[in-house]
Formats: sequence, structure tokens, C-alpha cells
Amino acid sequence: MTIIEEAFVPSPRDNDGGPLLEVRDLHVEFHTREGVVKAVNGVNYNVAAGETLAVLGESGSGKSVTAQAIMGILDMPPAKIPQGEIRFRGQDMLTMSADERRKIRGQRIAMIFQDALSSLNPVLSVGYQLGEMFRVHQGMSKKDAKAKAIELMDRVKIPAAAARVNDYPHQFSGGMRQRIMIAMALALEPELIIADEPTTALDVTVQAQVMDLLAELQREYNMGLILITHDLGVVADVADKIAVMYAGRIVETAPVHELYKRPAHPYTRGLLDSIPRLDQKGQELYAIKGLPPNLLRIPTGCAFNPRCPKAQDICRTDIPALLPVTEQDGGELPGRASACHFWKETLHG
Amino acid sequence: MGRYVARRLLQMIPVFIGTTLLIFLMVYALPGDPVRGLFGDKGGSPQVIAQLRHQYGLDQPILVQYWHYMKNMILHGDFGTQIASGRPVTDVLGDAFPVTLRLAGLSFLIEMVFGIALGIVAGLRAGRVTDNAILLFTLLLISVPVFVLGYILKVIFAFDLNWLPPNVNDPTNYNEMLMPAIVLATASLAYVTRLTRTSIAENLRADYIRTAIAKGLPKRRVVGVHLMRNSLIPVVTYLGTDIGALMGGAVVTEGLFNIQGIGGTIYQSIVRREGTTLVGLVTILVLVYLLANLLVDLLYAVLDPRIRYA
Repeated sequence: MTIIEEAFVPSPRDNDGGPLLEVRDLHVEFHTREGVVKAVNGVNYNVAAGETLAVLGESGSGKSVTAQAIMGILDMPPAKIPQGEIRFRGQDMLTMSADERRKIRGQRIAMIFQDALSSLNPVLSVGYQLGEMFRVHQGMSKKDAKAKAIELMDRVKIPAAAARVNDYPHQFSGGMRQRIMIAMALALEPELIIADEPTTALDVTVQAQVMDLLAELQREYNMGLILITHDLGVVADVADKIAVMYAGRIVETAPVHELYKRPAHPYTRGLLDSIPRLDQKGQELYAIKGLPPNLLRIPTGCAFNPRCPKAQDICRTDIPALLPVTEQDGGELPGRASACHFWKETLHG
Repeated sequence: MGRYVARRLLQMIPVFIGTTLLIFLMVYALPGDPVRGLFGDKGGSPQVIAQLRHQYGLDQPILVQYWHYMKNMILHGDFGTQIASGRPVTDVLGDAFPVTLRLAGLSFLIEMVFGIALGIVAGLRAGRVTDNAILLFTLLLISVPVFVLGYILKVIFAFDLNWLPPNVNDPTNYNEMLMPAIVLATASLAYVTRLTRTSIAENLRADYIRTAIAKGLPKRRVVGVHLMRNSLIPVVTYLGTDIGALMGGAVVTEGLFNIQGIGGTIYQSIVRREGTTLVGLVTILVLVYLLANLLVDLLYAVLDPRIRYA
């Protein structure tokens, strides 16, 4: 057994039965003047406590919309959820009242956004914005909330927290701002954190620090984590499993290192091949040809077929289901699935 | 901060000199003069006229007149004498100013409260029926001239319904002042509404509002704390500059409702070519305007911590 396989933990770690979060056949569409934009078309995934699911995909693949649907922060209208379930601890959140959902937001499911500068309120001090979590959800006094805010800032390793608690977001560096976002999400020790491209706006060195911090805190509180990203490099170290999205569907799921080693979908292969590598210096960088589909007119059949090097006639007519994949000898590959008519050729070829 | 205020106050000096001089010159350029005005249609003997002109210093070159005027104003707080009545201009101001202040204050309150409230309602429902209805309403307010609106309101509320008195006899009676204040406020109210609406609708899509919702804050708090603080910055600017406009721009409204305020006095001074009275009145308005602007600029720093003064 290699080190890579040892590192992979396939089964959910919950012990109270069932996963923390279950997304079932989720559809999200946006009703616009040009027509219906089908952003999410039947997404299924699970996250267990303590587990990290990385959702990978290009812009417009529906990864963020799925997250916003889970959070319940989609603007409805224009967004609409015609179908699907989002079960949190077994309860479907889509059938809850607005107030019940609001109480889950921030307290039990929290979200970290991409651009901390625009995601923090520019005219309120960070101490106020952090303390607000305690004041609103726990009815804490202003003074106690401020003390809590300082504690949180310490927790996410912001130097001189007590002195900086009254500073405003623009007075912090990008990395520090993202730490504040993380602190805000962690404030009430939620069971699930959704991080939507938490490091995209940061320097590479700061990216690693922020990811490490997030992973460390996740372990400590045994939280579920959904990490949304288009950066394969960020995912490798922290995620347990990966779901690759394309045009609003999951096209492949796999334990993280398996995916890197042997992708089972031509799109995943294309993504991996387009990572610049040192040993290919001087050669032309591979790019998946074509553009992501217009979500107003998703191609029939497999949405990836116009860009796929392996596309056959069946790909243009039949939508491939996300089905488990196996070894050549029929041996099971736990946690792995692919939505490709030709997964065998891709995985084993 | 202190240095900033000091610099801004110093900057007011050239502005102050410039505006007063300009008014002085403009009044001088108008045909006719205040002494002839005293005699009405009768004419009056040239000696008496010359005598009076000398008494008021009107026979001196315009720049010398200006120099004396400014010297008296700054050194002795003496704004000159109103030629028509023989009263000191400070007395005239003392009568007119509180009246206008009351009218403008009431108007300001109406435009602020209703303008911002309507703007918030429209902005939160941008693109929907309520929003369109409010936009249409503001368009109507902007399009109808003050005197038309004034008469319509008078006919409806004073003569038909008998709810409010048609004219103002006692400027300290807010019941009487209500209708003119509404009339004076309408156009500004429409602008405040539109400005607030745009600002709210724009900030509603901001990332930090999404964050506030994701934090599980109640809607009241998302709108009241997070959205408002950011959206009101342009509105505050407009309101600040409008204080001056409300005080000086009440000429028509004051005439309509028989209010003896600054607007009416300015109008009479122009008709009678009373340079000294006019400059006194305008000076006060200029000062109000400049101070209101300074106040707005200082308020910025309170509303938006990203703004720093040095």
C-alpha cells in the first residue's frame, strides 16, 4: 500500500448515522430575460463531519450556485430550485421556513467567500462584524461580543488582535482579511463550512498559510468542509474527496489522490493536463479546446461532447449517468464514479 | 482633522470675498438705483436725490463702496441700512432669517424622512411594481412647477377640505407652515428618493450584503445596519448641499404662501436695487452653504472610515 492510499479515508466519519450534509438531485435555474439558465442540473453529494469535499470546476460549472443553494442565499427570484433536496442532519432545508433557515446560517453552516475585501462591510470595524455573530445569535452584550471577537482574531493568528479589533477591513492585508472571514465563519463553531474559492484572491505564499489554518481548525472542531475551487493545487493537500463539476452536473467523484493519478473522465484528464509542470518547460501548455457551454443552451447528450477528444455519436444523444467505476478486473474502487460513456477507456486506456 | 477643518475654514475667505463682490457688481450693473426707487413714480428733486445718494455712499466708485461695506461688516458686524425702510439690514435679517430657517428646516425634515423612506422601499424592490410606481411619482413631483403644485394643494387642502390654512400669518405656527414646507420639499424629495433608490439597489448586490445574509442576520439588521450605512453616503452629500438651496430657493414658495422670509426679502431687494441688503442676505446664505458643505465633508469620515482627512 502506498502512502497515498493510506492517506485516503473513504468512509464518512459520522457516528450518528447518515452524513452531515446530503445534496440530492439538486436543480437550480435562473429565470432571465434571455431565457432559463440551467446552472445546476441534478447534483448529488455528501459531506460527513470532519470530512473535506473539494468541488472542482470552471467558472459557470455550477459549483458556487450549489453552495449558495445550500446556504440559502440565492436571490429567489431570479433563481429557482425546481427539484431536489438539501438534507442537513437528515432534515430537508428546502422545506424549512425562512426563519428556521436563517438560524442555521452562520450558526450551523457558515460560508467563507472569495474576495474578503468586498465581502466584509467596508464601513464597519472587523470587531463589530465578528461580534455581530454573538450578539445576533446568542444575544451577547456589546462588550462581551468584542472580547469574543478579539479571542477569535487570536484564534486565526492575527497579530496584536486586541489592538486591531477596532480597525476596518481596508486596514488589513489580503491574507489577514481572509483570516477575518474565516474567524467570522468559525465564530459559532458551525458543523459545516463552505469555502468558496477562499484563496483565489491571495498570493501563493499566503494561500498556503490560509489553507493550512483552515485545515487545522477544521480538524480541531471536526467540521465538515466543502471547498469550492478551480485550483487543483489547493485541493491536493487538504481534501478527502473531490467532485468535478461541468455545466451544472458532477462528472466525476473520487478520493483526492486517485483522481490525480487516474482520472475517469476526459474533462478531469483535460484539467489535469492543463496544469503547468516544471518538466515540460518550453513546451506549449495543454488547454482544453473550446469554451464552457452557454447555460442557456446546454449541448444535448453529454454537455462536454463538443470539447471532448473521445466523443462518439452516443455522447451527442445520451446524457451519461454518474455511475461507479471499477478496476479492469472488476475490483471495486470505493468512492469513485464517472459520468462518461467511455470511462473504461479513460481510466484504463 | 483639526488642520483639515482649519484649512477648509481658510478656504472660505476667498470664496466669501468672491461671492460678495460678484453680487455687489451684479446689482450695480442693473439699471435703476435704490434712491430713485424711494420716490416711486413721482421723480423727486435732483438735489434731494443727490443728497440721499451721498448719504448712502452711492456716489462713490463701486469698489470703494464694496470696500466700505466689507470693512463695516467685518469690523462692526454692520451690514448696512435698508434704504426703503431705513432699518439696519441686520434687523431685516433678524426678522426674515428665523422664518426661512423654520420653513427650510421643516422642508428638510420632510424631504429627508420621506425621500429616504421611499428610496429604500423602491431600492429594495428594484424593477418591480412598487419601484416603478415610486419612480413615476417622483417624476411627477419633479415635473410639476412649484407654483402649480402650491395652488393645487391650496385648492384641495385649504379651500375644499379645509384641513390646512391657505396662507401663513404666523410663521411660528407649524400647522400653517406645513403646506409651504411640503411644496418647497417636493422637488428635492424626488431627488433624494431617486438617489437613495439607486444607491440601495446597487449596494444590495454587493458582496458584503451576501456575507451579512450568510451570517444569518435578520433582514432588519441586514438592511438597517449593513445596507444603510453604505447607501446613505451619496444621499448625505445631496442633503447637505440642499440645505443652502432650500433657504435661498424659497422665493416662489414664500411668495405663494405670503411668508416674510429671506426669499421674499431677496426678491424685493432685487426689484428695488438694494445692493447692501442683497449682499447681506446672500452673505448669510453663502455662509450657510459653505458650512453645510464642510459639515457634509466631515460627516463622510463618520459614515465611511476609508476617508481620512489630513
